[in-house]
Amino acid sequence: MSYFTMTQMALKWAFSKPATTSYPFTPRKELVGSRGWLVFTDDACVYCNVCAKKCPTGALVVNRAEKSLSIDRLSCITCGCCVEVCPKDSLELSSSHGAVQLSKGGETFQRKET
Amino acid sequence: MSRTIIPFGPQHPVLPEPVHLDLVVEDEKVIEARPSIGFVHRGLEKLVEKKDYVEFVYVAERICGICSFIHGQTYCQAIETIMDVAVPPRALYLRTFWGELSRIHSHLLWLGLMADAMGFESLFMHSWRIREKVLNIIEATTGGRVIFSSCKIGGVRRDVEADSIKGILAEINGIEKEMRDITKVFLNDDSVNARLGGVGVLTKQEAYDLGCVGPMLRASGVAQDLRSLGYAAFMDIPVEPITRSKGDCYARCAVRCEELFQSVQIIRTALEKIPAGEIAVKVTGNPDGEAIARTEQPRGEVVYHVKANNSKNLQRFRVRTPTFANLPAMLKVLPGCDLADVPVIVLTIDPCISCTER
Repeated sequence: MSYFTMTQMALKWAFSKPATTSYPFTPRKELVGSRGWLVFTDDACVYCNVCAKKCPTGALVVNRAEKSLSIDRLSCITCGCCVEVCPKDSLELSSSHGAVQLSKGGETFQRKET
Repeated sequence: MSRTIIPFGPQHPVLPEPVHLDLVVEDEKVIEARPSIGFVHRGLEKLVEKKDYVEFVYVAERICGICSFIHGQTYCQAIETIMDVAVPPRALYLRTFWGELSRIHSHLLWLGLMADAMGFESLFMHSWRIREKVLNIIEATTGGRVIFSSCKIGGVRRDVEADSIKGILAEINGIEKEMRDITKVFLNDDSVNARLGGVGVLTKQEAYDLGCVGPMLRASGVAQDLRSLGYAAFMDIPVEPITRSKGDCYARCAVRCEELFQSVQIIRTALEKIPAGEIAVKVTGNPDGEAIARTEQPRGEVVYHVKANNSKNLQRFRVRTPTFANLPAMLKVLPGCDLADVPVIVLTIDPCISCTER
């Protein structure tokens, strides 16, 4: 009987932990493999510009002369194209979803001179 | 009796997306429904002039937020036909797996909206709670919750590890068990039956003549499911169309409920039979020619027409989405119904207006 199906479900959930979480106080559990925040590590980057060429939204800008890379977080669709084509594995998508973007413009990573 | 025109939408609690209907009513009976669409037109078909054919997969996926993967897949199929690309079998199986997962999450979303439209709040919450588990599987395997970005021309971009398949199957079993509970309520509950039974009846002949697609067509008794054409891995996994004969809102609900379990079965078979090997082939050069690709989305048949002239950008791109095909049928069943039944009838075609307007 379907009446009792709903009753059973209601009783079960009345005494169970809620399916929802109180976000943002309880952060969401990160799933391995989730495409989240684009992370750039400049140690091995040769600024070849392949990532910027392959980016479908033009969110990446590479300046070889100045050795800088800029990521426009509001344009980035976290598709992972740049990660796939990077010959030096300098880019990766972390499973965390990063901070909230409060201003327009790119986040620039400038290589520090040693 | 005097006639009144009641505007319905574009903003209405039952409508997830904006469509406007001018309902001509006499007392409480609807006499005529005049639709107007165009609130979310984004000009995506025109974008082929700016995005090259490889990048356009991402645009095609964004035509719809619910059946995004199947849009991307259909676009890839069209380009692969033009370029004569042989997609590796493993990629075809993975496409089928993700396509069926998106069908389950779309149907669960619809069942939730339907319960909400009937005022059955707890059922709505349970439908969406189960849907969340499906979305978690999708996110863990593709990286995205609704925009998968895992399909590309020549194959797929991500593989599913052999170790995780066991875990996915166990998760799917749990989801199936929970879906049995909620569909029992949809199919057996008297209040749901009283609300949906005999409402918005579309006969078999009318459904066929008006060119309905998907669950709307199958609920009227026409056994047509494009998956039986054998695209992707469906050549190895036979699909029997699920039909009902009454053609009312209850029948459409029942077809979708049963399709949930059919999709679960397809996923099980696909994951058990998935062959080893490559997941993509390299595609070089530009497409030259014209092709049509058809697939079965959760809402019905989608048709992609792609025309290319050996350049990076396509010459012409056209999509016929399932909601567009089902709108005439909706306008056919609305006259004669009660005003209170309009939200239910509009919802049973599973309107996806973003798809329709692109």
